[in-house]
Amino acid sequence: MLEKIAKILREYKDDETLQISESTTFEELKLDSLDTAELIMNIEEELDVTIDLDEAIKTVGELIKVIEKSQ
Amino acid sequence: MLKGKTAVITGASRGIGKEIALKFAQNGANVAIIYSGSKDEAEKTAQLASGYGVKAIAYCANCADFNRVKEVTKEIINDFSGVDILVNNAGITKDGLLLTMSEADFDAVVGVNLKGVFNFTKHLSRYIIKSAGGRIINISSVSGTNGNAGQANYSASKAGVIGFSKTVAKELAGRGVTVNVIAPGFIETDMTAKLPPSALEGAVSAIPLKRLGKTSDVADLALFLASGAASYITGECIRVDGGMCI
Ligand SMILES: NC(=O)c1ccc[n+]([C@@H]2O[C@H](COP(=O)([O-])OP(=O)(O)OC[C@H]3O[C@@H](n4cnc5c(N)ncnc54)[C@H](OP(=O)(O)O)[C@@H]3O)[C@@H](O)[C@H]2O)c1
Repeated sequence: MLEKIAKILREYKDDETLQISESTTFEELKLDSLDTAELIMNIEEELDVTIDLDEAIKTVGELIKVIEKSQ
Repeated sequence: MLKGKTAVITGASRGIGKEIALKFAQNGANVAIIYSGSKDEAEKTAQLASGYGVKAIAYCANCADFNRVKEVTKEIINDFSGVDILVNNAGITKDGLLLTMSEADFDAVVGVNLKGVFNFTKHLSRYIIKSAGGRIINISSVSGTNGNAGQANYSASKAGVIGFSKTVAKELAGRGVTVNVIAPGFIETDMTAKLPPSALEGAVSAIPLKRLGKTSDVADLALFLASGAASYITGECIRVDGGMCI
């Protein structure tokens, strides 16, 4: 899952060299709330999941947990 | 002015929306024409628009239907590959005094005029933010800015469009998308043709410029707001009413 998310993030940021771990924060990636919303829509489309955005997600690890919960 | 852009115009089978679609096409934009019932008129608009050498396709979608709007968004993206401009113009009236207004008439008008705007804006925004210079133009009414006896449902929906537009203007400003509202007064279309002649005469005498508006009066402003010339204007509501609300 981390690899899939990392791939989507690299595409989104248009940066092939981007290093992503579970503890990477969206702030570090310089994603504002609108970017995060857009990114989540891209993930929903690519992974065919519906992500429930009730909780504030700050790190890639937290995002993976939410996705796994919705699958 | 809009060469190479793609515009989605709701309620473009007739009236103001048709005029906007044709004006945009004349200025080089590809147009997706949304209608709900008037298939022949919509196809005709598409045909006239293609006459300007642009791509023009008509799609049937009830703007009040969230899931259908989601589907049609996908169809449009498949056909045009992106969208730069959205004009939420589809609208209906079901007039009556508050004391006699039915729940169904209230819900129907708010469903098309306000929720319809939410539906198209929500589903298309993710594509519009990818455009360099995205534009959203929502058609409200002076009934929304000033109120009008007999139109509690319509006024509520049209005032709602103004508040909605201001919020979306703030949310999408970071991506260079502008969101503006046009509030027409009395414009000569099928919508106003339904009114009794005495009401129309009364309206003209209350208009300082002493005539009803033409669909082109509204379309000219829509073209300006959609163009690069208006890139520093957002969250604004502009009346096109011959001075009726001065
Ligand atoms: N005319 C005026 O004086 C005036 C004044 C102020 C504001 N406005 C606003 O300007 C806009 C256009 O008005 P108009 O006078 O051009 O009206 P119109 O001549 O009655 O045309 C309305 C258009 O909206 C479409 N439409 C209606 N319900 C729809 C739905 N559920 N889903 C998708 N499309 C739908 C119609 O398509 P179908 O025929 O295919 O259903 C038609 O193309 C409206 O929002 C109206 O409230 C008009």
